[in-house]
Amino acid sequence: MKRATSKKVKQLPATSEWTFEAIDAYHTEIARVAANFDLDTYPAQIELITSEQMMDAYASVGMPVNYHHWSFGKHFLSTEKSYRRGQMGLAYEIVINSNPCIAYLMEENTLTMQALVIAHAAYGHNSFFKGNYLFRTWTNADAIIDYLVFARNYIAQCEERYGEEEVELLLDSCHALMNLGVDRYKRPPKLSLAKEKLRQAERTEYLQSQVNELWRTLPAHDAKPGKIAAPRFPPEPEENLLYFVEKHAPLLEPWQREVVRIVRKIAQYFFPQRQTQVMNEGWACFWHYTLINKLYDEGLLADSFMLEFLQSHTNVVYQPSYNDRWYSGINPYALGFAMWQDIKRICDDPTEEDRAWFPDIAGSDWRETFDFAMKNFKDESFVAQYLSPKIMRDFRMFAILDDEHEAKLKVSAIHDETGYRRVREILSDQYNLGSREPNIQVWNVDLRGDRSLTLRHQQYRKRPLGGNIDEVMKHMARLWGFTVRLESQHEDGTVELVQETRLEKRRGQAEN
Amino acid sequence: MTRIIDRRFDSKKKSAVNRQRFMRRFKQQIRRAVNDAIQDRSIRDLDNGEQITIPSKDLSEPQFQHGRGGIWEQVFSGNDQFASGDLINRPPSGGGGGRGQGKASNEGEGEDDFVFHLSREEFLDIFFDDLALPNLVRTQLARISDYKTQRAGFTSDGSPMNINIVRSMRGALGRRLALGSPFSARLRELQKELDRVIEESGEDCEEALNLKDEIGRLRAKIEAIPFIDSFDLRYNNRIRVPKPTTQAVMFCVMDVSGSMDEEKKATAKRFFMLLYLFLTRTYEQIEVVFIRHHTVAKEVDEDEFFHSRESGGTVVSSALKLMHEVIAERYAHGTWNIYGAQASDGDNWDNDSPICRELLGSQILPWCQYFAYIEITPGEPQNLWREYEKLSGEHKNFALQRIEEPADIYPVFRELFKKNFV
Repeated sequence: MKRATSKKVKQLPATSEWTFEAIDAYHTEIARVAANFDLDTYPAQIELITSEQMMDAYASVGMPVNYHHWSFGKHFLSTEKSYRRGQMGLAYEIVINSNPCIAYLMEENTLTMQALVIAHAAYGHNSFFKGNYLFRTWTNADAIIDYLVFARNYIAQCEERYGEEEVELLLDSCHALMNLGVDRYKRPPKLSLAKEKLRQAERTEYLQSQVNELWRTLPAHDAKPGKIAAPRFPPEPEENLLYFVEKHAPLLEPWQREVVRIVRKIAQYFFPQRQTQVMNEGWACFWHYTLINKLYDEGLLADSFMLEFLQSHTNVVYQPSYNDRWYSGINPYALGFAMWQDIKRICDDPTEEDRAWFPDIAGSDWRETFDFAMKNFKDESFVAQYLSPKIMRDFRMFAILDDEHEAKLKVSAIHDETGYRRVREILSDQYNLGSREPNIQVWNVDLRGDRSLTLRHQQYRKRPLGGNIDEVMKHMARLWGFTVRLESQHEDGTVELVQETRLEKRRGQAEN
Repeated sequence: MTRIIDRRFDSKKKSAVNRQRFMRRFKQQIRRAVNDAIQDRSIRDLDNGEQITIPSKDLSEPQFQHGRGGIWEQVFSGNDQFASGDLINRPPSGGGGGRGQGKASNEGEGEDDFVFHLSREEFLDIFFDDLALPNLVRTQLARISDYKTQRAGFTSDGSPMNINIVRSMRGALGRRLALGSPFSARLRELQKELDRVIEESGEDCEEALNLKDEIGRLRAKIEAIPFIDSFDLRYNNRIRVPKPTTQAVMFCVMDVSGSMDEEKKATAKRFFMLLYLFLTRTYEQIEVVFIRHHTVAKEVDEDEFFHSRESGGTVVSSALKLMHEVIAERYAHGTWNIYGAQASDGDNWDNDSPICRELLGSQILPWCQYFAYIEITPGEPQNLWREYEKLSGEHKNFALQRIEEPADIYPVFRELFKKNFV
């Protein structure tokens, strides 16, 4: 191994101002240590940007290129405001799941913060992106930047051709349904720019012809009336609303279908991030902590560096209590970091309790266990699998049951022998996107009649729909082009009509 | 494989397009906010941006969410008092400490207003939009001011026609001296040495020849220092400085009798603001005199001018008399450009209107660069209007306009802008 024992160890620079040389020196050392830990990463590309550029990237969902839309302008303004007020105290870091993995460093940061961000983003997140199964199946790191460039150019072209207003309205509608525009269970095909471009023209034409077929008004052969019940369409309920719109909305132009597709693809790209926040952030925190400490042990880092580092680190992984002013739920950084540290402890130094709870991993090789856990889980299953009684005690977790039909809240479980499993189950469910967001699917289309579309909401634990249903339904109706209905199915099986949004005029007439 | 890329100088203002779209999208709300801001501003204060507040429910992006109600079971941290099965009273609604994240954020967001800062340009743009100003005028008004160029020392780069020969040569000389000085010192030493050697051993001894050789080489070196180098060049520097002309005084005359309600005053305020803005582009120093009147006229400060109310009848001539007195007293000595702006709802005591016409025509207009009158009324023209109308034919520097909304204001100034800009 290339241990630096023979040579005299030279400390890395400890100034607070950064220079390119210093960043390079830190990066080299961090990369070396990461390699010693066998972290498998994409090559790292480190980019220095200004705070304005950072806010810009924050605003356009963290991507370096994106299409234009007013909502990004709005996010930029609010980010800018909280930045000016100094409310965003965290180390600014954005890392892009691409190959090479791009990590942004902000020029205002101190050298210590830059080193921390390099370890956190360019090695922590990077290896997670490369290893985790969700990212491997859902996202294609080689193609995403190309795809975004394609998307931006395509949407810009549409704006030129059909007018900014028109495109904006369409994007508004798509954004409203973005969270329901993902495949939760199906495996996706890979995307690539070359294929995408090649197939796009072909696809639009084909799609249009399919839709035309579906909505043909002249009967192909005279069906005997009333003989058979109308076939259900779609045959199975469809969970991906945007996909359904793209493929089957009767009145959309080909370019509109393509725009719907773009929004859907981008939503899909971010889907894994929403499902792995605790794991991913915890993993990155674990690695910046481990890598920097390793460097310190080797004598490469000054004490002043370590103090600043530890100060930011503890800020990031701080968990306020429920009655604290700053409490806003379980801090994913804190929980993730604690869990990974705890898994390492269980591997290295298990107690009796750990052996009983985790017979598989107690005493195993921690790097192998880590890789297995990182690669094969998402937040929901990660918590269900690895949350140990020790963590529950450390966090002093307790679960509250809030049933609107009961006068009082009930403490349903706490961090004790009888409550561990229940707390773990509830926390795991909290990270389940399926229960966090309402479950709404395309239920039926009245093919033979007024072409109306019915969405069905399956209630989960009697929670009604909230948010601005009326507005969202208008967006859905705009995309579909005909009346849209929303039904809610209660847990006892009864179905209730929540909302009906009529849109009887055809698009063209409606707007003139 | 590692790469560090400096992107700090790439594409600034990348989100400018998104910002524009945002502004266009919420034009209604922003315009309303700007209108509110104008109420609170001094008419002299048009060169600043503005903090804009929009209720955030207006710009929410709708999504399906879980609503309140049903069954929620959530994990919290930091248990300090609870045991399994405890019953707790519900915290008061509106987010008592420690409701779960799901719900707290749902209701929390709706209450904050969305605040952002409008730049000076954007603010003026909306202000002008309101007044329906033509584009040409807009750009001219929004421009900070006219410029003239003036000398400002020397710079080390510029175009050849601006080379300052004296400075450049002086620099070159200094450089030649500085670069040559080690050689010159050595040269003097050698010369002294040579003189001594010649004196001691004659002209042709070997030592003397060597010394001469070396002296020759040194001379060549000194000569090899370039006579002038691009480094020596100095250029005359000229900078552009704003060029205001002279000074002006602006009289704001407004009827504050009972019939002028807040809305009419707001319109009048825009009228004064626009005139002020126009004047700032032309004059270095502007004084503003506020005269309000009902049956008697009074000179007041701006705050009182716009914000206090009085009632009673109207005698317009009182204000014109006062204006004339103020001019005679303070601004009569010819270095002032005098502008008048009068706003009224047209109500006047019947017998007074001919007096006003007389006063304005013979005593005030001769002093004025321009005098503009607006009558803010949706109804029939009043007697003052009819009298003033007679004046407008005779005097080129008098303009009048009946106004129902701010967009009607601009035509009053049309002559003014034409004269000065086109």
